[in-house]
Order: sequence, then C-alpha cells, then structure tokens
Amino acid sequence: MASIKIRAKAKDGVTTVKTLMSHPMETGLRKDSKTGEKIPAHHITEVTAEHNGNVVMTANWGGAISKNPYLSFKFKGAASGDKIKISWVDNMGKGDSAEAAIK
Amino acid sequence: MNLLRRKFLKTATFVGAAVTVGAGALVPQRAIGAYMKAAFEAKDVNGALSASLGSDQHSASDAIKLKAPDIAENGAVVPVTVSSTMSNVDAISIVAEANASPLTSTYQLSAACEPYVSTRIKMGKTSNVIAVVKADGKLYSSTKEVKVTIGGCGG
Repeated sequence: MASIKIRAKAKDGVTTVKTLMSHPMETGLRKDSKTGEKIPAHHITEVTAEHNGNVVMTANWGGAISKNPYLSFKFKGAASGDKIKISWVDNMGKGDSAEAAIK
Repeated sequence: MNLLRRKFLKTATFVGAAVTVGAGALVPQRAIGAYMKAAFEAKDVNGALSASLGSDQHSASDAIKLKAPDIAENGAVVPVTVSSTMSNVDAISIVAEANASPLTSTYQLSAACEPYVSTRIKMGKTSNVIAVVKADGKLYSSTKEVKVTIGGCGG
C-alpha cells in the first residue's frame, strides 16, 4: 500500500522534501451524521524522515492536521541520488513507510 | 459467601493498582523523544507549549516568518508554512489558539535541518495561529490571525 508520496530535490546544498500521505486523520470529535455517534480518533501521531539511515526530522502530530496530510521540510548535507525514507505511525498502531531517491 | 466477595474485591483492587502503576511507569519513557500525548491533550496554549517544548515563555520575533492565509474558506485545510532565519533551531510547534486541543503539531529538527516546515492544519473557527520556534533553548513566536468561513462564499 503506497500511502506516501515523496518528492525530494537537492538544490544549492539544500534538499527540499515534500510528502503527501493518505490518511483519514479523524480527530475523535466529529460525529457520524446518521447515527450521532462519535467517530473514534484515528490520526497519524509520528512522522519520521531519514536520510541514508539518519533521522533528520521527527514530527509529532495531533488530530488537527488535515486529512491526507501534506508535509514539507528542508535539510542540508544530502546529494542527489541519496535515499530519503519517510515513515508514519498512527494512534491505532498502524504504520507505513516509503523511500525515494533525491533528485 | 460474603468472604468470597471480599476476596474478589481485594484482588480486583490489587489488579487495578498494578495497572495504574504500570501505566505510570510508562509515562516518563514515552516523554523522551516519543509521542507527546500530554501536549496534544492540553486544552490551552500554555499547557500545549510546556508539554511540547518544555516552556510556555515565548517572545515575539521578526526572525520567524509565518505564512498562513488571511481568510481560510475551508477550516479543514489551512496551509501553514513556518520559516526562520535563526540558527540552532531544534523544534517548531504550530498552535491554533481556538482549537479544542490547540497544539496541531510539533517538529523535532536535527542539526542538518533548515528551520522550515510546511503543512496543512484544521481550524475549528477564526483564531490566532502561533508558530513557536525553539532556538538555543529559548522560545520565539510569530502570530497571525486566520479567519475561517466554513461553508460560506468567502469573507
């Protein structure tokens, strides 16, 4: 299941990473319009970015990140062709990861 | 029969206590580098900042650029970009003041990272969005009001 899309581009020594993940990101506050019952919280809690095996960034997320989250960040010290790995874990213990080469 | 009931209650209490102790012992472990549950459960801005960045004392700074729309027509998707010209930035938190749990996200940046994050957040209603940057152990912030018009035809 490819739930993560990664675009990483190195320019002038700075790598810009853009990722899109597909996830419902339920806050736990929303109610089902038919039954009136609360929809349980289901959101990504942690996103980790690794460059050649070293963690460059960790994001802690609450339910207030939009559905199908977008995340972009920049870091130095990577060359084109290096691997960038993004992984996420949600509050139900599920997770996914994907790897892409830096352009 | 009564005795049996006593015994049962005693055992139940004991098990309950053991569970509580177990959970308590887990908390400090999770706090180090792990998911900051308490920070996201905090109901006010100061609580959220203390739990995520270790302090609620922050001063406004021009060195932080917070990019967010003036008017968000859809509160479910508000693009927010935080960047800074500071050095030694090791964490960034994005807070939506009026949300039920104000902390939207917090980012731990390694030394290789540029002080830049961009994401999309949800906002329940019009309020301030605060970007808090931790640099050299101190907190600096930048605030911007975002008007949320849900289901309307724009502002």
